[in-house]
Amino acid sequence: MFEQQDPNLIQLNSEGQLKHFLTTEGLSRELLSEILDTADSFVDMSAQQVKKVPLLRGKTVVNLFFEASTRTASTFELAAKRLSADVLNLNISTSSTAKGETLKDTLMTMEAMHSDMFVVRHSDSGAQHYIAQNVTPDVAVINAGDGRHAHPTQAMLDMLTIRQHKGDFSPLKVAIVGDILHSRVARSQIHALRTLGAAEVRVIAPHTLLPRHIEALGVQVYTDMKQGLKDVDVVMMLRLQRERMLSALLPSEAEFYKLYGLSEDKLKHAHPDAIVMHPGPINRGVEIESAVADGPRSLILNQVTNGIAVRMAVMSMSMSGQTTEAARRAEQHASRTE
Amino acid sequence: MNIKIQGGRVIDPASQFDQVTDLYISAGKIAAIGNAPAGFTADQTIDASNQVVSPGLIDLCAHVREPGYTRKGNISTETAAAAAGGITTLCTPPNSKPIADTTAVVDLIQDRAREAGSARILPMGALTQGLAGEQLSPMHGLSQAGCIAFTNMRLPVKNSLVLTRCLEYAATHDLLVIFQAEDAGLSEGGAMHEDTTCTRLGLNGIPETAETIEVARCLLLIEQTGVRAHFGQLSCERSVKMVMDARDRGLQVTADIAIQNLLLTDENVNGFDPNFHLIPPLRSQLDRAGLRQALLSDGFQAICSDHQPHETAAKQAPFAATEPGMTGLETLLSLSLILVEQELISLSQMLSKLTCGPARVLGIESGQIAEGLPADLCIFDPQAEWSLTPETCHSAGQNTPFMGHTLKGQVSHTLLEGKVVFQLG
Repeated sequence: MFEQQDPNLIQLNSEGQLKHFLTTEGLSRELLSEILDTADSFVDMSAQQVKKVPLLRGKTVVNLFFEASTRTASTFELAAKRLSADVLNLNISTSSTAKGETLKDTLMTMEAMHSDMFVVRHSDSGAQHYIAQNVTPDVAVINAGDGRHAHPTQAMLDMLTIRQHKGDFSPLKVAIVGDILHSRVARSQIHALRTLGAAEVRVIAPHTLLPRHIEALGVQVYTDMKQGLKDVDVVMMLRLQRERMLSALLPSEAEFYKLYGLSEDKLKHAHPDAIVMHPGPINRGVEIESAVADGPRSLILNQVTNGIAVRMAVMSMSMSGQTTEAARRAEQHASRTE
Repeated sequence: MNIKIQGGRVIDPASQFDQVTDLYISAGKIAAIGNAPAGFTADQTIDASNQVVSPGLIDLCAHVREPGYTRKGNISTETAAAAAGGITTLCTPPNSKPIADTTAVVDLIQDRAREAGSARILPMGALTQGLAGEQLSPMHGLSQAGCIAFTNMRLPVKNSLVLTRCLEYAATHDLLVIFQAEDAGLSEGGAMHEDTTCTRLGLNGIPETAETIEVARCLLLIEQTGVRAHFGQLSCERSVKMVMDARDRGLQVTADIAIQNLLLTDENVNGFDPNFHLIPPLRSQLDRAGLRQALLSDGFQAICSDHQPHETAAKQAPFAATEPGMTGLETLLSLSLILVEQELISLSQMLSKLTCGPARVLGIESGQIAEGLPADLCIFDPQAEWSLTPETCHSAGQNTPFMGHTLKGQVSHTLLEGKVVFQLG
């Protein structure tokens, strides 16, 4: 009755280039690889004396964080500045929504200030889809995390980190461990890993932290750490929020740590060359042992560095996609008025 | 006022009458079918050739938003929408503001409906005071004031003893209780059916058990108390099976299904379109198949619109932050005709689910075409194509995924007690 076109196609312009970056789902392997390649070039640049490129010169990037963030917000800010954009940071959770302004009104106000890009974090799944589709389709929207749905730049910086250390995705067994239910990071990682061709993606968690039918996303489900970690090449830990204990999802932090916390002991079951990742901020002694977090296999700080490069990549690519689209619209308009 | 309806295909599902003939209406009632009564002269003749003349439709659940939520709609706009959709009788849930747990509110709703004059409203009363699930509402008095049935809607009566007392009291006075089954704990915070689409979209799910557990509890208490009972807007295959099993055991319980749950599934939510944010949620393909199968059985006598108009802003937000529900009065008939086109049921069977079926649930006489009964009629061309547009929509709410879609089956006239309350202009 309703023609189901892939809703994730709204991320692409008529030439198939990125114009918003909302989710890793539904994007081609070529496009994801292009993001990683572009990010790689920015990684090299960050090591140089002059860290700026003029790709977003004259453009205004607005960081709209409807949910608190330090790490993601600051790496987005740095990324925008290194692309020479003018940056405005708005922590909305403490400003207009408290006065009763709707999301739509906030965004339209920002658009009226001739913003070129919105970097948005919001607690509602699909908020950025809503903005990109219904509110400001001509402003590039970059998803900095929406509810439990997606956190695509986090997933792509993870992919970049994996590629730097492992090269090819095709032989890799990857385990994602912890609170899958509430995790937008896990969902974006799963889509990216599947598209990039990882051999096997596993999720490891108790049933209370696994969403229904997660296997439909193409993952193997494990509830036991030893079995789940067996021979994996990459271990991706997730953050466990303390309030999960209060909502009857887990009995205690101690029991979770005992069963699912990543200790050196449990890590022995993984491949000897396995790498360990975590999106941060880490809860030492809840989901990960300090010895592992600070140990030689941990790439947690590399992830942060890569975060800036990946964000520069998707921001520059999306802006370029929007510019191409705008030029095409102007052309069509001109030919119609002739 | 004498009206002759000429040359239409008159379908009365109650008597299985289906014939091209003339109808004669006098003093608000059907005076004769076929031949004019002696001395009848028509003041008005309606040409119904190539059209179906059906009993006026009866909708078991339609929110009219008055009193209290008139930014979303009011009795005048929503009964006009009903008339445009061929609906002559609608049951309104009690969650107005103030809640329909006093005769004053029930009187007000009926007065407004009479003033508007477009459709008959049969208000449902609150099963518990303030719908709070704690104290019995004055059901007898409310029924005297015109309440057709009693419901606590989706609001919980947590204490099963309180629910038992409600049902016992309703049974004492032979009052109908309508359940919209939902377990508050399991559905809390949920925005859509819990399944793979929900997992992918990262939305909070409403599991099937949120409905089935409450259906099970209600069925056991219906059996114990012997109350006249009906389930509104069931959405799960398992719930309809439970109701059918109970009927097989001899329990006189009935149920209806909202048309959207017979046509759509949770996969429609893909893309986060808030127009698909509905409660009960759109469920799986398996559930939809089960509901469609149930429609063929006796217990499932009605299809309803579950009409829930909203102001535009209520749907302008991320999916879960929008208010659930769709406007549906004007599309109920056309959408139900899709079931006929898909050869699930015949035209007459489908019309029975919109006329005599719901009338039987409520225990009222309307919903049929018979000499001496009030002339509540719907005349429509089942083949005529039309589409609902923001400009032509009578309801104050434009929140429907079917907006702008080409639909088949256009109403040309609606008559309420022999008075033309809608005419295609």
